Amino acid sequence: MTLLSKVSGTRHRLRRCLSVAAIACVLAPLPGITIPDASAADAQPAAGPAMMHLLSAQQYRQIIDDTFGPDIEVNGRFTTETRRAGLLAISSGVTSVTMAEMEAFDNLARSIAAQVTDRTRRDYLIPCKPASERAVDDACAAKFFEATGRFLFRRPLTTDEVKIQVEAAARATEKVKNFYEGLSLSLASMLASPEFLFRQEIPVSDPAQPGQYVLDSYSKASRLSFFLWNSQPDAELLRAAQAGDLNTPAGIAKQVDRMIASRRFEGVVRNFFSDMLRFDDFGNLQKDATVFPKFSLTVSSDAAEQTLLTLVDLLVTQHGDYRDIFTTRRTFLTTTLAAIYGVPLVKSTPRMEPPSWQPYEYEEGNPRAGILSHISFTALHSHPARTSATIRGKALREVFLCQTVPNPPANVNFTVVQNTDNPLYKTARERLTAHSTNPACAGCHKITDPIGLSLEKFDGSGSFRNDENGAHIDTAGAFNGKPFSNPLELGKVLHDDPGATDCLVTRAVSYALGREIADGEKPWHTALNKSFADDQYRLPELFRRIATSPEFFRTAEPQKLPVKTAASSN
Amino acid sequence: MLAPHSRRNVLRGMLGGTAVTVGLPFLDCFLNSNGTALADGRDLPVYFGTWSQGLGFTPGYWEPKGIGANYENNLFLKPLDPIKHKVTIFSGLRAFMDSNPLNPHGSGPAACLSGGHPKAGVSMPTVDTIIADSVGTTTRFRSLEVSCDGSDGSQSARNATSRNPSEPSPLAFYKRLFGPEFRDPNSADFTPDPAVMARQSVLSAISERRAALNGRLGASDQARLDEYFTSLRGLEQQLTLRLEKPQPIVGCSVPHTEGEEDPATHGTLITDTQRDHRLFARLVAHAMSCDQTRVVNMMFSGGGGGSPLRRQGLSMTYHVSTHEEATDPVLGYQPQVAWFMTQIAAAMAEYFMTLDSFKIGDQTLLDRSLIMYSTDVGRAQIHSQENMPMFLVGGAGGRVKTGLHVPASGQTVARVGLTAQHVMGVPVSTWGTESNMTSKPFTEILA
Repeated sequence: MTLLSKVSGTRHRLRRCLSVAAIACVLAPLPGITIPDASAADAQPAAGPAMMHLLSAQQYRQIIDDTFGPDIEVNGRFTTETRRAGLLAISSGVTSVTMAEMEAFDNLARSIAAQVTDRTRRDYLIPCKPASERAVDDACAAKFFEATGRFLFRRPLTTDEVKIQVEAAARATEKVKNFYEGLSLSLASMLASPEFLFRQEIPVSDPAQPGQYVLDSYSKASRLSFFLWNSQPDAELLRAAQAGDLNTPAGIAKQVDRMIASRRFEGVVRNFFSDMLRFDDFGNLQKDATVFPKFSLTVSSDAAEQTLLTLVDLLVTQHGDYRDIFTTRRTFLTTTLAAIYGVPLVKSTPRMEPPSWQPYEYEEGNPRAGILSHISFTALHSHPARTSATIRGKALREVFLCQTVPNPPANVNFTVVQNTDNPLYKTARERLTAHSTNPACAGCHKITDPIGLSLEKFDGSGSFRNDENGAHIDTAGAFNGKPFSNPLELGKVLHDDPGATDCLVTRAVSYALGREIADGEKPWHTALNKSFADDQYRLPELFRRIATSPEFFRTAEPQKLPVKTAASSN
Repeated sequence: MLAPHSRRNVLRGMLGGTAVTVGLPFLDCFLNSNGTALADGRDLPVYFGTWSQGLGFTPGYWEPKGIGANYENNLFLKPLDPIKHKVTIFSGLRAFMDSNPLNPHGSGPAACLSGGHPKAGVSMPTVDTIIADSVGTTTRFRSLEVSCDGSDGSQSARNATSRNPSEPSPLAFYKRLFGPEFRDPNSADFTPDPAVMARQSVLSAISERRAALNGRLGASDQARLDEYFTSLRGLEQQLTLRLEKPQPIVGCSVPHTEGEEDPATHGTLITDTQRDHRLFARLVAHAMSCDQTRVVNMMFSGGGGGSPLRRQGLSMTYHVSTHEEATDPVLGYQPQVAWFMTQIAAAMAEYFMTLDSFKIGDQTLLDRSLIMYSTDVGRAQIHSQENMPMFLVGGAGGRVKTGLHVPASGQTVARVGLTAQHVMGVPVSTWGTESNMTSKPFTEILA
């Protein structure tokens, strides 16, 4: 399953790479490239596989918050995720639980369960009182597990499952002579169980199309809620799943509309872009304090927030056109950011409250239009003490155009590029040109550097400059044959490039499915691209189209045939 | 027994000048007359470890002079001098790339630790997990992973997608090892804890539902679920061990704590990493002395852009320095980079000497261990995969000769990993993939 999706993803990357750039990509092997064999190519699946995702740290926290309330502390460390095919959200579909993580999940589970059953919360989180606090009470335990379990397992518990938890609670109660402690330990075992930690999608035969497979109702509910809320299904969604509503287009549309209208949807937009724009890299961002004295940890966190606020405002609040992210002059600033941007931001907060976010609009013609001019792009994709046109060009292609630019080969001498004090090569453009005389390097630098060089007036911290080492910075270049003379024009070229919207659709679908797009889903991808254009590139519309597509719930034939059908599963 | 824990407790207790605390007097009566095995015939354990660090050592300045025993350390490895009689150095090794694309700081570790390059769908366990599956199944922890640079970065992985995360906090590591769940094997009294029995009793609820889960999964998800249940069994085993009266362990040394709270945070200076490394080294030694684990993976710092190591007053990070610092024409190397490299060699030496200061009979923990050092690059400046430094340190309970320089020009790095597996008793004849595949361990170091 993973192999298939991997192969299809690689093909996709290769095709895109060929279309944009040149021989360089063919000469340099792509990371992780796998040549699919003929038999695999013949047996193209109609859809991708059903998935089994490990909960992310954010999802785990949100679920505990949703189930037990925001005052439950979730004190634990989660393993850092690894980005695959441009998204962290995909990696949870291939990872498991190692021994150290099992210990951590178990500790976390017991700490949460202890809070749920403590004296301050048991009255409202446990729907009954035991006959005696020192003795087993199966009826009360059953009531608790039925009520809580359906949220934690994202479906009603079977009779057997309730019985297992009740018996576990009874065994523990007998040992510690305390009903609540026994209940707490049994709850902890649910929170450490695979049914909770993994969201496992169940494929069933599609009654409407014999031979085809779809997700069962509760898997549909989870797919919807993790896509649109990054959390578990709420009571209404579980009710809809139970009632069979999610087996009809109208029933699904009703739920999707409700979910997108919720404030939680904003959180998903933030989460999606944090992932796509690689904002987790801010955790590793280092700036040279002697070169960039204004750059601080506050700048780092504000920079990510600036871009997220800009995106949410443009795409959700204003219901704007996605392509405008490359050209918008509207943004939000703090005084800390304003210092780096060189913007005279007046602290206008009433009663001398701490400085907060203020909307700001650059005047026409200011080079600070579009999110590529944000610190979250220019500084995040730079070296600690200087810019890197190559890193920026690579990031732009990978993040916004879904292309793969290979890493440099071993034994490459970077000295010419790295020495910013060489009087022969004063600007980054001159240094890179000298470096690219090596034909082995030239191929890839041709695809990264021209777009990166157009952003050279933003230094390694994101501040604006006109010159480098006394020499004027030339920001002209071309992308896909379209010339531009400065970052504003580059923004316009990207605004009009179909590759950018195509890439967003790719990332959104991958985020929704939690895996790369399967070969058999390419027609769906094409259709979404078209509808995205028809919808004037409105992001919520794209998410709505994805969530209401029949393809969203279709899966490949399971490797082990299911024994039930959609009709009987509800 | 233990005071409330805080970072300062650990800091004070472990750095506070008392040096190594040996909790109990060594009880010779437990050992046989050679001091090598327990009196009841059980062999003393042999420990395996990795010590890894990014950016390696600049070629020309680490390779020893002289071959075989009594080599002379080169400039950057001088800090290892006090312990060099227990350090075997392999020089000239290569990580073969074949046609695989270079992952600048990932290809080297993959070759050194798993014998090749990860490919989609191909399982590539690292050597420590292979050894842990062989020797670590009876201890409380199958293996322990720690990282000293503040990240949870780890080189230990069961396969391409399942990494064993490192513990970055010495305090959390201390609590995990010697917190309330620790039972002193030499404690006179023993009463099974009903709370532990209760915990154990509820975990079976998870396994009771396993059959229902299994029926629904494809092969790759099935493998992931199997891994989950392997981890769950590990957790159950920890609880089982807590319910049994433990065998006394000679030399088991429990760290003492004292002092008050100090919520120190981890910065990016190399001194922070060195401080945490020192704490981890002691805790690892204590854990090994009490046989809490047989396999320990110590990661000093990573290699690539994510590696934060800095020197006070120096603007560039260590990683950036390797790429950008000019080579001093007189010295012949990058001076700041050289400073970092000797600091790292000193930390490595400190680790080995810490293990060497814990006595087991007439041996030390280091004598009973095999620690494999590896890195990510041959020359960091250009991500070279040639002349990769690798060391095997410690006597592995007398199974290897120590203190040798073994030139192995152009040989695959995987030979060291294969040697380690042989020494640790793993039945394997060939290891590695493509050009890194080898069936030739370094027999010249076997005792």
